[in-house]
Amino acid sequence: MENKPKASEEQLAYAGVLNIGMWIGLFLLVVTFIVYISGVLPSYVPIEKLSEIPQGSNVPYWGMRAHEFNQAFNVPTGWGWIRLAGKGDYLNFVGIAMLGGLSILCYLVILPILMKKKDTSYVVIATLEVAVLLLAASGILKAGGH
Amino acid sequence: MFMRQGGNGLIHSREVLKILIVVLTIMAICVSISAFASETQEVAKETASASTTPWWVWPLALFVVTFILGILAVLGGVGGGVLFVPIIGGFFPFNIDFVRGAGLLVALAGALAAGPGLLRRNLASLRLALPVALIASSAAIVGAMIGLALKPNVVNTLLGATILFIVAIMVTAKKSDFPNVAKPDNLSQSLHIMGIYREESLGKDIEWQVHRTPQGLALFIVIGVMAGMFGLGAGWANVPVLNLLMGAPLKISVATSKFLLSITDTSAAWVYLNQGAVLPMIVVPSIVGIMLGSMVGVKILVKAKPKAIKWMVIWLLLFAGLRALLKGLEIWK
Repeated sequence: MENKPKASEEQLAYAGVLNIGMWIGLFLLVVTFIVYISGVLPSYVPIEKLSEIPQGSNVPYWGMRAHEFNQAFNVPTGWGWIRLAGKGDYLNFVGIAMLGGLSILCYLVILPILMKKKDTSYVVIATLEVAVLLLAASGILKAGGH
Repeated sequence: MFMRQGGNGLIHSREVLKILIVVLTIMAICVSISAFASETQEVAKETASASTTPWWVWPLALFVVTFILGILAVLGGVGGGVLFVPIIGGFFPFNIDFVRGAGLLVALAGALAAGPGLLRRNLASLRLALPVALIASSAAIVGAMIGLALKPNVVNTLLGATILFIVAIMVTAKKSDFPNVAKPDNLSQSLHIMGIYREESLGKDIEWQVHRTPQGLALFIVIGVMAGMFGLGAGWANVPVLNLLMGAPLKISVATSKFLLSITDTSAAWVYLNQGAVLPMIVVPSIVGIMLGSMVGVKILVKAKPKAIKWMVIWLLLFAGLRALLKGLEIWK
């Protein structure tokens, strides 16, 4: 039997966590979306409102800039959506956040493997990457809108 | 070409005709959607803000269009993001902020789905990806913040120009299956960026190494910024840099690029998410549509002619890029 070159231990570990997390995230995304559109849980922003054009405007709500939309509906930014996770629309953010957090989890899984191998440069790279992704996820960074 | 006699000439003409029909059909669908959006907005304005279109029409249309885009993306060898943002942004009534947020999540979902298989088969290289991902993901955060701060017409203009640039790359860029890397550079040697994989088409193991790593990393700063700013997946840029500049074999470059998106797009997607630029009503139908389309695309790929599909994708991108550019310049509103 031919021996194919094998992926490294950390590469296989990364792949394993990524695979499980990806399927869980996608499953959550689909289930929570069904909950959303079926109206089982009331939405924070009524579904019918999304395509509506507010008085004094010439674009529908989902045609507005994100910060204008958020102001119109008093939508929390950053991790404020957690308070609204019981609402049909914001429940979807659970699956979205899961997919967004998966890479961070994978890096944390491979860090001990890299340390065990004394692969110092990649321990540093992986640690820095975790810091970058956590910074992005933290909600500290703000962007101005026009 | 059309007048040439003989079997090959006639077959070529039929292929060109099929491509033209598909491209024109998709263009007609997009223009119709855009016209429908404008018309319903006009009616809604006149009838004092009540929407005349049931809310479910748009997510359903989105699902259908992204399903088609998913098929084309696989057949054309491009990522979902590069097709998604200009086409959905150009022809649907959603603001470009929400389209970019969705585009990043669409590209992310695709990369997360493909990543495990590519890593296990040793086609995506963690050693090559991690240093590149650190640079690109940091830059993508900056790009996302800049992108959300810019006015929509500026974003659309720059997006249109970028898409047209991507078209130029797709038309002119060569690919190298097995680049010749005589000597790895000091950085790639110190980081042990090298590997070995089984090339099934040749039935043998291929050892690879890279060079020009500092130059490659510098380019990934630019790539990361653009990915974050426009909500594009950046695979269109990753592959030429990894393959043509750094000398990684083509399969390693394509696979590592796909995996790389899962990290680069994560950082930018979080910025959009935290700024409230993500709407589930746009994100979820798009992700499901593109992923189902990709699965169908993989099945069709066996029978499809790659070059013909590639040209189809190029024409579509040209159309979508022009649309974004003209929309940004307020010539075609």
